[in-house]
Amino acid sequence: MDLILFLAFALIAVVAAINVVVQRHPISSAISLVGVMGSLAVLYLLLGAEFIAAAQVIVYAGAIMVLFVFVIMLLNAGGEARAGRSFVASLLGVPALVALLALLAFFTARLFPSDAEVHFGGFKGGTPEAIGRALFTTYLLPFEITSILVLIAIVGAVVLARKELE
Amino acid sequence: MMGHIPLSWFLMLSAVLFTLGVAGFIFRRNIITMFMSIELILNGVNLSFITFAYQRHQVAGQLMVFFVMVVAAAEAAVGLAIILTVFKNRGTLNIDDLNSMKD
Amino acid sequence: MDSFIVISLIKIFVVFGALMTILAYLQWVERKVIAHIQVRPGPYRVGPHGLLQPLADVIKLITKEGLLPPYVNKPLYLAAPFIAVTMALLSISVIPFGPAIRVAGYWTWMQLANLNIGVLFVLAVSSMGVYGIALAGWSSNNKYALIGGLRSSAQMISYELPLGLAIAAPLLISNTLSLRRLVETQDGWLWNWNLFHGFQYVSFVVFLIASFAETNRIPFDLPEAENELVAGYHTEYSSMKFAAFFMAEYANMVTVSCMATLLFLGGWVAPWPEKFGSGFVPVAVFAAAGLIALFHGWNAARRKDALTFPVVGVVFLAVAAVFLVPFLQNILLPLFWFCAKVGSLLFVFIWIRGTLPRFRYDQLMAFAWKVLFPVAVLNLLVTALVIAVIS
Repeated sequence: MDLILFLAFALIAVVAAINVVVQRHPISSAISLVGVMGSLAVLYLLLGAEFIAAAQVIVYAGAIMVLFVFVIMLLNAGGEARAGRSFVASLLGVPALVALLALLAFFTARLFPSDAEVHFGGFKGGTPEAIGRALFTTYLLPFEITSILVLIAIVGAVVLARKELE
Repeated sequence: MMGHIPLSWFLMLSAVLFTLGVAGFIFRRNIITMFMSIELILNGVNLSFITFAYQRHQVAGQLMVFFVMVVAAAEAAVGLAIILTVFKNRGTLNIDDLNSMKD
Repeated sequence: MDSFIVISLIKIFVVFGALMTILAYLQWVERKVIAHIQVRPGPYRVGPHGLLQPLADVIKLITKEGLLPPYVNKPLYLAAPFIAVTMALLSISVIPFGPAIRVAGYWTWMQLANLNIGVLFVLAVSSMGVYGIALAGWSSNNKYALIGGLRSSAQMISYELPLGLAIAAPLLISNTLSLRRLVETQDGWLWNWNLFHGFQYVSFVVFLIASFAETNRIPFDLPEAENELVAGYHTEYSSMKFAAFFMAEYANMVTVSCMATLLFLGGWVAPWPEKFGSGFVPVAVFAAAGLIALFHGWNAARRKDALTFPVVGVVFLAVAAVFLVPFLQNILLPLFWFCAKVGSLLFVFIWIRGTLPRFRYDQLMAFAWKVLFPVAVLNLLVTALVIAVIS
C-alpha cells in the first residue's frame, strides 16, 4: 500500500516538475509547481513528517505559490518566445544533466544499503509537539533570527512595491 | 505488510527534482520561470532532509525544512517585488534583455 | 480491515448525501430569512412555503445551456470550479459530528477521518481553495472577472492570518490539534466550553469576522457583488460550473461554522450533562414547534395553510417522539446539539447578510491588516501569558 502511494505520488511529482520546466506560459508552470508541492506533502506524510506536510501545503502551496500566481496575473507578460535556441547547447546540455543525475543516483544508492526501508508509521517523531519542543529549546536562536529575516523581507517588499512619491 | 519503500528511492526522487530545477534555471529565459525552478530545487532538498530525519529518527531534519520554508517565503516575497519593479522599468521579463545596468 | 472500508464507505455516502441536501436547503433558508428581514415573503410558490424551490433551482441550473466561451483558457477554465468545490467539500471530511456510536454491532465515530492534525488540515485545504477563485478570474479572459478574482484572492489570503491566530488561542487552552480531542476537552457543563472557560470572546469575534471574509460573504463580498463587478470571478460561468461555485461558497460557510463550534462552542457536547435531563431539550423543542404548527394550521391565515401546517406539525411531533427512543438517543442527541450550534452560526451568517452594507475594498484590506491582525496577535499573546502564569 505504501509502495503504491509512493509510486503514484512520485510519478505525479516528476511529471509535474518536468511540466514546470517545459511549459511556455508561466501560469502553467506555476500550477504544475503547486502539483509538485502537493505530491511532496503526501510523501512527507509517508515519512512521518505530518506537521511539515501541513506546513508545506499551508505556507508553500497556499501562500508562496499564490504570490507567484498573483505576480504572473498582474504582469500578464505572456508566454516565452522560442527564439535563439542553440542546437549545440541542447545537444551538450541534456546529456550533461542526465550524467549529473546518474552520478547523484549512483552515489546515493551506494551510500545507503538497501535494507533501509520506509513504511508509513515508521517514524512517529514528527508530531507538532515534537517540533515545537525542539523549535523552542534547541533551535531557539535560528527561530528568532528567521523571524527577523521575515520582518526584513516584509519591509523590503513594501518599500519596493510602493509608488514613488513625486 | 507488502510494499516497504527503499530509502534510496526517496533520495533519488530528490535528486531528480533537484536536477530538473537546475535544468529549468539554466535553460529558461523568463525570470519568473527561473524563480520557480529555484523553488523546485528547494523542494527537492526539503525531501532529502525529511528522508534523513526518518533514517536517523531525529526531528532536526524536519526543523531544517521548516527554516528552509521560512527563508524561501522571505526570498519569494522580495524576489517577486524586485521582478515587479524590473518589469515596470524595463517592460520585459526576458533575462537576456536585462543585461545593462543603465536604463 | 474489511469492515473498516465498508463502514467508511457507508459513512461517506451518508455524510455526502446529507451535505448536498443541507447545502440546497441552506439556500432556501437564506432566501426565506433575508426575505423576512426585508419584510417580504420570499419564495412561496414552488411547493408549500417554497420548500421545493431548491429542487427547481437545481433543475434550472442543470438544464441551462453550459456555455464554453471560445476566448477562455480551457484547461484552467474547466479546472477552477472543480478545485473550488473539491477543496470546499474536502474539509468536511475531518469534522466530527458526534461521539463513538454503536451501529449494527460495530463501534464507529461520527467522523470520516480522524487526523491528529485536523485543525491544520482544515487550514491547509482552505488555503488551497484560493486557487479556484484566482484561476477562475484569470482564465475567463475578462477584465471584470480578473479584478474580481484577484481582489477576492487577496482578501482571502489577508484574512487567513487573523483566522489562523484566532484558531491558535483556543488550541493553547485545549492543548491539541485533533478535532475530536478538542471536543473532549470541552466536555461537561456550559462553562466548560472554550468560549466561557477560557474567556475566548475576542478570539471568537475575530474568528467570525475573519470567516466572513474567507467565505466572501457580506460585508466582505465586494469581489462578487453584482452592482460592483458584474458578478466578479464567476461572470463567465454558467449552468453547472456556476452551481459549483455556489455550492463551494455554502460548503465553506458550513465548514467555518463547524470549526467555530468545535473550537469555541464545545462541538456535540450538551450545555448540561444528560443525567440532568438535557436529553429532553430536543423533545421539548420539536414538540413545541409541532404544537405551534398545529395551532396555526387550525387558525389558518391562508387557505393553503390549513393543509400544510398540520402536516408540518405532525412531522415535528413525530421527530420529537423519535428523540424519546432510548437506543437512538446516543446517536441523535449529540447530532442535535452539533446541528443546533452550527445552525445558529449559519443563522448569524444569514442575519448579517440581510443587515449590513458591504465594505469598500480598501476599507476591507485596511481593516484586515490594521485592526484585525494586531487584535488577533494581542489576543494570542494575552492568552499565552495567562496560561503560562496559571500553570
